[in-house]
Amino acid sequence: MSSETISALNETDCEYTVTHSKAKAFYETYERKEELQHQTHFCPGCGHGIVHKMLARAIDELGIQNKTILVGPVGCSVFTYYYFDVGNIQAAHGRAPAVATGVRRSRPESIVIGYQGDGDLSAIGAAEILHAANRGENITIVFVNNAIYSMTGGQVAPTTLLGQKSSTTPNGRSAATEGYPLHVSELLATLEAPVYIERVGLGNNKQIAQATRAVRRAVENQVRGLGFSLIEVLSPCPTIWKMQPVDAQHWVRDVMEKTFPLGVFCDRTKEAQPRQLPEAAPELSEIPKILGVDSESLPEGNAHVLGHRAKELDLRVRVAGFGGQGVLLMGEVLAEAGLDAGLEVSWLPSYGPEMRSGTSNCHVRLSRQPIDSPLVTQPNVLVAMNEPSLRKFYANVPSGGWIVYNGETFPADCEREGVHVLACEFTQIANELGNARASNMLMLGALLEITGVLPEASVDAALRRLVKNPRFVEVNERALARGRELYKESIEGVAHTI
Amino acid sequence: MHKQLMKGNEAIVRSAILAGCRGFYGYPITPASEITEAAALYMPQVGGVFLQAESEVAAINMIYGAASAGVRTMTASSGPGISLMQEGISYLAGAELPCVIADITRGGPGLGSIAAEQSDYHQVVKCGGHGNYRTIVLAPHSAQEMADLTALAFELADRYRNPVLLLADGFIGQMMEPVEFPQTAVAPQLPEWATAGTAESRNNLINSLYLDSDALEAHVRHLEAKYLEAERVETRAEECDTDDAEIVLVGYGIVARILKAVAAEARESGLKVGVLRPITLYPFPKEHFQRLAKRAQVFVVVEMSTGQMVEDVRLAVNGARPVEFLSRVGGNVPSHEEVLNFVRKLAQGGAPVMEPEEEQVAHV
Repeated sequence: MSSETISALNETDCEYTVTHSKAKAFYETYERKEELQHQTHFCPGCGHGIVHKMLARAIDELGIQNKTILVGPVGCSVFTYYYFDVGNIQAAHGRAPAVATGVRRSRPESIVIGYQGDGDLSAIGAAEILHAANRGENITIVFVNNAIYSMTGGQVAPTTLLGQKSSTTPNGRSAATEGYPLHVSELLATLEAPVYIERVGLGNNKQIAQATRAVRRAVENQVRGLGFSLIEVLSPCPTIWKMQPVDAQHWVRDVMEKTFPLGVFCDRTKEAQPRQLPEAAPELSEIPKILGVDSESLPEGNAHVLGHRAKELDLRVRVAGFGGQGVLLMGEVLAEAGLDAGLEVSWLPSYGPEMRSGTSNCHVRLSRQPIDSPLVTQPNVLVAMNEPSLRKFYANVPSGGWIVYNGETFPADCEREGVHVLACEFTQIANELGNARASNMLMLGALLEITGVLPEASVDAALRRLVKNPRFVEVNERALARGRELYKESIEGVAHTI
Repeated sequence: MHKQLMKGNEAIVRSAILAGCRGFYGYPITPASEITEAAALYMPQVGGVFLQAESEVAAINMIYGAASAGVRTMTASSGPGISLMQEGISYLAGAELPCVIADITRGGPGLGSIAAEQSDYHQVVKCGGHGNYRTIVLAPHSAQEMADLTALAFELADRYRNPVLLLADGFIGQMMEPVEFPQTAVAPQLPEWATAGTAESRNNLINSLYLDSDALEAHVRHLEAKYLEAERVETRAEECDTDDAEIVLVGYGIVARILKAVAAEARESGLKVGVLRPITLYPFPKEHFQRLAKRAQVFVVVEMSTGQMVEDVRLAVNGARPVEFLSRVGGNVPSHEEVLNFVRKLAQGGAPVMEPEEEQVAHV
């Protein structure tokens, strides 16, 4: 384990300094842009250009240009990749925090910054930002809030102020119909994981200076490996607000701020511990063993014991009962034993919701030949662990087949020409053995004796592979043996064919 | 013994890791949850990432992020979750990002049921997201193929820089069969186009936005050329006893298993029946149909849907031969006996009539 590299940071170097040179994190000219490659696409007075500049400067100052991956949003700032000379990913509307999560977790040494507008983040992407923040993803989110959907022409956003007109609230936003402005910073600050959340504004130069410091700090937190930071920037949109740029800037300060007060809502940077990098990956050669698929750790099996016995073997078993009776395990032991004996096998469960009182059944096939259909519609052995299961499936057992039934008396109306029956109070006998839940193994013992094919070594091996607790292995072994006896006792001398 | 008994769902994750997958982002849903659970167990042990997302929408976008960073990555879900992922799949295809998505199909529409259906064919094979894109779709029909086709899916995803889907039904996911895995693991590679947070990759851009109409047309034509290339070289299908087949049974997934049993029994009674099983649902193996149509009298498509793949079969056969259709839905499976009766009636020249059996012998 090694802690994340912390860049050498000079704490006194955090102050905003006036400079007229373009940040290195910007391209010299914007060649990804079709036309006018020396200027941005933003309208006069738009806040995005200012926020872009803060972010580019923070990347420069922290020396992270090569490590930075910027995840752009859908909206006016969709073209972050025109301007930022860093790795760029364009994300679907609102999904930047999820995309950033995937990037950052895949490349723990990278710096991942999500840039989102208020429609993107607080409406369509509300779930993604909430959960990324709650997981404390080590990412930085720059959230530009201009209280409106701008690129699509000025529709209401969750952040639109009460009374503010938009193209979809022509009479102004009403709390009764559109609800109240969403306070994203306050909302996320109720979570325990984020390390830094601040709302800043672009209402005047002083606010811009503070915003610059905040953006840099939010990126720096990530460089230090501290966790999730978000900076909400109240930003003017003169075009959609239908204002002169200077008036729009005033509106941020004089109007927006009243609904969205500036300030730090969460700061855990002092107590936050740098995150640990994931453990180093193992050697490639170790991976099959880790996955439990290396041939060395697989058992030899007992195919040699089975030898050439039962050349035509084609066992089709249906096991059915209540959930909790061990229906699936019984089928699994049978299939596992078949595989151990070198046979082709399949095990197909009925699967259902994790509910009480459900019924359960499985299809098991063991064959010398490759198995075509794993579905057993005409079982040559039906194991019915209760009467409803018997009634559901008995009619499909063909002549010459067997029904192993858990009940003292076999219902007369279920008797069929040529179908053999072994009926016993298996549950009661299992109780006498010390565990009522071993009735499945009693019935399996009977089935194994009826079919008479599988080597006992294979059954033992299967049981030990599937039942980890030695105490249960012991009782199950006794149950299997007793099941075999029960068959012998009751069917002495009766010929059978499978 | 080099095989072990394993659910198809569990085989997917092991195979994915052996194929170099190091990122799994998912959301639980029956009958696909074992895939997510196995990933949660194994990914951290191999230096990979596992994360249970807040939704399928988030999961597919985490995949988008991980794929952007150049990691072999995957997710798994079932119909309702795949519906939610369609947005992300369109973006992945648009931004040319490779990834693997397993759909272990359940019943629909809406909440439907958790029992197996094949009713996601349209949304997966025809692509439920927006825009001119395709996804390569592989249809395993055994636990072994869940492993093998997962490995192939990663290869194809990287080769075409495009999402690849595994379309399996709940039975193939839940069924245990012996599975054998390769004994060597593929080393994760960093593709040169990825945004990996390095000096070399700094100028890379992952994007699907082209506002200029000529630029977008060029991009869409570029994608189209990839799909045409895949149609030319990647179609896969299995044929059983088709050389002299007069009746060709067509199905994928669990249905194909039933069809193999039916064909074997029909052969025993002297009927010349074969099975054609598409393994790639896109690209669809049209040439197999066109070749078999020269001899076969009729194609019989069997699906656990009201008729989705059958549309592609009809397009492939293009009127050369009749295409009959047998369907079960709701979690019911066309039983061996049901299909056999259908085939026998067809062979006798009578128009087969679908008669759902009273006893749903193969229900779950």
